[in-house]
Amino acid sequence: MKTLILLLTLTGSSALFATEIRSFADPDKAARYDRLIGELRCLVCQNQSLADSDADLAQDLRNEVYEMIAAGQSDAEAIRFLTDRYGDFVLYRPPIKPTTFLLWGGPLLILLFGGVMAWRYARQRKPQPLSPLSEADQDTLERLKKTSG
Amino acid sequence: MRFLIPLGVFLVMVIFLAIGLSLDPRNLPSPLIGKPAPTFQLSKVEEPSQALTPESFRGRVILLNVWASWCVSCRQEHPVLLELAQRQEVPIFGLNYKDQLTAARDWLSKFGNPYEASGFDQDGRVGIDLGVYGVPETFVIDKKGLIRMKHTGPVTPQALEKDILPLVERLKQEP
Repeated sequence: MKTLILLLTLTGSSALFATEIRSFADPDKAARYDRLIGELRCLVCQNQSLADSDADLAQDLRNEVYEMIAAGQSDAEAIRFLTDRYGDFVLYRPPIKPTTFLLWGGPLLILLFGGVMAWRYARQRKPQPLSPLSEADQDTLERLKKTSG
Repeated sequence: MRFLIPLGVFLVMVIFLAIGLSLDPRNLPSPLIGKPAPTFQLSKVEEPSQALTPESFRGRVILLNVWASWCVSCRQEHPVLLELAQRQEVPIFGLNYKDQLTAARDWLSKFGNPYEASGFDQDGRVGIDLGVYGVPETFVIDKKGLIRMKHTGPVTPQALEKDILPLVERLKQEP
């Protein structure tokens, strides 16, 4: 009994309990639905996707997405429905447009900046002039050359 | 001079973090600004045999306030709305969001009714069309039925005097 309880506790995740069970006639639609609700943000618990969130609104929006997908609408149409009402904020992957250029290009800019800094640093480092070998070192070198040769 | 670069980087980070801290993550821009209010037909909370539609306020500048009897912050903004209703500067319509009819009516009779009428949006469909994600929310709708502003969270006297009422006055001048 204890093992069973432990097993149930460990295998059931909260995300599993948050979503209701949906049935689709078409497995392709089920996959699309699962992907969509994982990619759309819940507006109440802003760091959770619709799939993860237990909020009332998330449940309503899952219903909307389910009905649209089941009715044969495309992913783009379902996403459009939500962005028309809630804005791009519902998308975890916002579209590339002038207001999001910095968001998408930022990492590249930082990489470029770091690259330029690293290159400048590497160029600035002058090779140190080698000091001539001392008498003793020279002897050791000659000895080593003989033994290895 | 070498310390200037890390200092500069640090200052830029401080500025960005300070901006990040001062932003309210719940205050999202609505894509509905400038767009027509969604069409709906709801029964009135006060008189369920009558319907509330956008036609009910066509041609007038109004506030549409989304509320519910279960919503704690709605209690907080309620006195502000009651006072505004008394001044008769702008009609207030209500959208009773995902509520029980009896609870909503009890709430209105207990705390007072600032609304010209409230639509009963039991399943929250109209709320979704309006992009409602946190009650209370208040929309300013112009004479043509376009949404001109959205205020998320309880209406405060400051928000009213500084943002909402000046906009209402401006919109009243529009044809």
